Amino acid sequence: MFAPAPFLLKDVSVSQVMIQVCVALIPGIAAYASLVGPAILVQLVIATLAALLAEAIMLKLRGKPLALFLTDGSAIVTAWLIALTFPPLAPWWLVVTGTVFAVVVAKHLYGGLGQNPFNPAMVAFAVCIVAFPALMSQWPSVGLQLGLIDQMNIILGWAPRVDTLTGATPLDAMKTALKLGEGSFDVSTLLANQDIYGNFAGRGWEWVAAGYLLGGLWLWHRKLITWHVPLAFVASLSLISGALWLYNPSQFASPLFHLLSGGAMLGAFFIATDPVSGCTTPRGKLIFGAGCGLLAYIIRVFGGYPDGVAFAVLLMNLSAPVIDLLTQPPVFGMKDKA
Amino acid sequence: MLMNLFKFKGGVKPPSNKLQSNHLPIAQAPMPSRLVVPLHQSIGGTPRPIVAAGDHVLKGQMIGEADGWISAAVHAPTSGTVVEVAMHVRPHPSGLDSLCVVIEPDGKDEWIARTPIDHKAAAPADVFHHLQQCGIVGLGGAGFPAHGKLTPSTGVPMDELIINGAECEPFITCDDLLMRERADEVVRGIAVFRDLLQPKKVLIGIEDNKPEAIAAMRAAVDAQKEPFSVVAVPTLYPAGGAKQLIRVLTGKEVPGSMRSTADMGVQVFNVGTAYSAWRAVAHGEPLISRILTITGNVHAPRNYEVLIGTPMDELLALAQPHPDTDGILMGGPMMGFLVPNPQVPVVKTTNCLIAHDDRLFPPKAPEMPCIRCGACARACPHELQPFEMYWFSRAKNFGKTQEYNIFDCIECGCCSYVCPSRIPLVQYFRFAKSEIWAREREKNASDQAKTRFEFKQYREEREKADKAEKLAKAAAAQAAKKAAEAAAAAAESGAAPAADTAASPAVTADAPAATVNPEKEAKRATIEAAMARAKAQREAVQPKNTENLSADQQKAAADIEARRIAAHLIEPEPATPASEKPE
Repeated sequence: MFAPAPFLLKDVSVSQVMIQVCVALIPGIAAYASLVGPAILVQLVIATLAALLAEAIMLKLRGKPLALFLTDGSAIVTAWLIALTFPPLAPWWLVVTGTVFAVVVAKHLYGGLGQNPFNPAMVAFAVCIVAFPALMSQWPSVGLQLGLIDQMNIILGWAPRVDTLTGATPLDAMKTALKLGEGSFDVSTLLANQDIYGNFAGRGWEWVAAGYLLGGLWLWHRKLITWHVPLAFVASLSLISGALWLYNPSQFASPLFHLLSGGAMLGAFFIATDPVSGCTTPRGKLIFGAGCGLLAYIIRVFGGYPDGVAFAVLLMNLSAPVIDLLTQPPVFGMKDKA
Repeated sequence: MLMNLFKFKGGVKPPSNKLQSNHLPIAQAPMPSRLVVPLHQSIGGTPRPIVAAGDHVLKGQMIGEADGWISAAVHAPTSGTVVEVAMHVRPHPSGLDSLCVVIEPDGKDEWIARTPIDHKAAAPADVFHHLQQCGIVGLGGAGFPAHGKLTPSTGVPMDELIINGAECEPFITCDDLLMRERADEVVRGIAVFRDLLQPKKVLIGIEDNKPEAIAAMRAAVDAQKEPFSVVAVPTLYPAGGAKQLIRVLTGKEVPGSMRSTADMGVQVFNVGTAYSAWRAVAHGEPLISRILTITGNVHAPRNYEVLIGTPMDELLALAQPHPDTDGILMGGPMMGFLVPNPQVPVVKTTNCLIAHDDRLFPPKAPEMPCIRCGACARACPHELQPFEMYWFSRAKNFGKTQEYNIFDCIECGCCSYVCPSRIPLVQYFRFAKSEIWAREREKNASDQAKTRFEFKQYREEREKADKAEKLAKAAAAQAAKKAAEAAAAAAESGAAPAADTAASPAVTADAPAATVNPEKEAKRATIEAAMARAKAQREAVQPKNTENLSADQQKAAADIEARRIAAHLIEPEPATPASEKPE
C-alpha cells in the first residue's frame, strides 16, 4: 500500500538536477553566441531535437516508460554539450550523427540513464573528430559577421561551405604555428600579431570560458557538483602548463591561455563532473580531475588533436571504476583502522 | 558553560514540523475500552505470561515475567480483568502477531502495593533487578532494557554518561514536552544512572530548536546542584542517533561493528528512560504509561500521557484526524513505519503517532536509475557509500555489500531522503541485511544438522558394538550352561562323550573347566578386548549424552524418536536386540 520510511523526501529529482545543469550553461552559451553568432543556438536546437528523438526511439525499443525518461533531462544535457563542443558552423548532419551516436550507442546500448561507462557527449566528439577530422576542425573565422539566415544556410547545406569562412581555433592555430614554424615563432609574437588571439587567450574565448566558470560556480553553490573535480582539473592543467611555460615561455603558452582557450572550463565544470561516468569518492574525484587536466594538456601540446579535453575525459572514464575501488573513504568509526 | 562540540559528517535538515504539537501541555489520555499489552516490547527475551484469562489484575501488577537477563517485565496498565492471553497484531512493520495480554479495565484504576528502592543504599544488583522488574526499557525507540545498559563494562572506565534529549525526528515533541514539564524528575533519574555508572561527566544533549526544554533542564540541574552539562546541539537529523550524539558531544566515533558503546566508555539514555527509571526507583511505579505525540493530518495535534496497550485508533481520535487520513505512522517520518492496522496497541517504544495522508506525505515518484550523483554518500552520517551498497544489494551480491560495510548502516533514511532518483535505498539495505542473516541462519542450521547426523552415526555404531558385546556375553553364558548341563548329563550317565563338548559353540570364564575349544576362546577374547579398546577410545573423545539420563529425559528422547519415525524423518531402528539374537 505505502512505500516504507523515510516518508519525507527532499524536493529534488533527476530532471531538476539536469535542468539546473542546463541553466548553468546559459552564461557560457550567451558569451559563445555573442562571439560566433546565432548559429550556435541553431545547433543547440538541432542537437536537442535529435537527442530527444533518438532517446524516444530507444526507450520505445527497450520497453521503458517514455514520459518518465524523456523528461529526465539527461538527453538534453548530452545534446547541449555536443552542440557546444562541435564547431558552430558544422553541417546539421554532423551534429545529428554525433548526438544519435551518443544517445543510441554510448547511452542506451550500455543500459540507459546511469549505466553509461563513458560520457556520451565526449564519445560523440571523439567519434566525429576521428571520422570527420576536417569538418570537426573548421571554426568560424574571427570577425566573421554573418546573420542568422546565412549561418543557417551554411549549417543546413543550402549555401556553399567556403574556406574563407572558417579557420582554426586558437589552440589549433597556436599548435600548428609552433610545430610548423620549428622555432621561428614564439608564443608572445603569435599572441601579439594574430587577430585570433585576445589579451591572453583566444579573442572572445576568454568570455566564453568565464561564462562556463560562472555557471560552474553556481552549480557548486547549489551543491550539484563538489569542488573536487573542477579544482583538481584546473590545478593540474595550471601546474603542468605553468611548469613548461616557466621552462620555455617562447614555446609553451601560459596557464591562462590553456585555461581560457578550448574546452578547459566547460570540461572542468560540466563534463568531467558527470557523476555517472566519473569517480564518486572524494579522493577519486581529485585523481579523476587531475588526470583529466594532465591528459588534456599532453594531448593539446604533444598529441595529434587540437583540444585534448574529450580524450582526457574518456581515458579517465576508463579508469574511474578502479580509482573508485581504491579510494574508498573509511566509514564512521573506522578511521584509525583504515 | 562553553563546550567544544564536534560534528558528524552528513545528515539532513528535513522540515521539523514540531510547532504543531509543542505548544499545548501534556494531556492525560482517557481510559480506553480495553488494553492489549504485548509481552514482547523490548529487545531480548519475550516475557512469559504469568496471568490467565479470568484473572483480576491491579494497576502495576506484573503480567509478564522477564525471560533472561536481557528482558524486562511487563505490567498491567490499570486494574481490571484479563480477558484473554492470545496472539494479536503488534505494532511492527512485519504485521505479525505476538502474544498479548488483553485487559478489560474495571474503571477503579486501583494500584498494587508499590515498593520504592533506596538506590543509594541498595546493592547495584538489587537496583538492576528492581528496574528489570519494573520493566524499564529505553524509550528512545530501540527499547533496550535499561538495567542491561547500566551494568558497567568490565575494564573500561565510564567517561561520559550521555542523556539523549536531541529528538531529531521531525514531528515528534514528546521528549521536548517531558523535559519542559518534568525536568525535575528527569534530572533525578539521570542522577540514579550516574550513581550506578559512576561516569566522569554527564552530558545532556538537546537540539537547539528546543530552547524551552534546554532552559527547563538547566534550571532543574541548577536547582538540584548536579554537575551535569546541558548542551544545545545543532539541529541536524540524525543528531539524536546514539552514535551521532556521542560524536557531537565527545568526538568519539563508535564503529558500527561495536555492539555496546560502553566499550568506548560512554553510555547513552533517552530522557524518557531517565524519567521512568526515577518513577520506578522513587515511587515503585513500573513502566505502564508513556508520553507520546499525536500529530500529522489531525485537527488538534498534542502530546498525551498514554497507557501502554491503548489501541492506536482510540488515541488518534483524541486529536481529531481529518477524514482523508489513510494510515497511522508510528515513530517519526524518517524511521517510522505504517502500523499494520489501526487497532494495534501503543507499546513502550511508541513515541509518536502521525496521521498519514497524501498531502503531508505525497506518494513517491517513480524510481529512476541511480545516476551516481553521490548525494546519498554526502548525506550518510556513517560515511558509507550508499549508491555502491545499493548496486550490490540489487545484484544480490551480498558479499560486496558487506565489503562496503552495510552493517554500519543505521537505516536513518538520510540517503533515501536526498536521492534525486527516488530510490528507496534503506529498503534495499534492509533487504540485503535480512538476506545475509537468513543465509547465516541457514548455514548454522546445516552445520547443526551435520553435527546431529555425525552424532547419530556414532550412536548407531556404539549401539551395534554394545549389542555385539551383549550377544557375545549371552552366547557364552548359554554355552557354559549347555556345557554344564552336558557335563552333568555325562556324569550322570557315567560316560564323557568328547565329541559333544567339542561341538559346544563357546565357553565362558564362568565355566573354564568345561572349555574344550581354546582356539575359539582366544578369538572371542581378542574381539572383546578390541571392542573394549574402541569403546574406551570413543568415550575419551566424546562424552555420551545418553548416559545418566533421568526418567523424564529418557521418555522425552523416546517421544522424539517416535515422532521422527512417525514423520518418516528417519528409518525405524533396524531391530531390537532381542529379535536380532542369532540363536
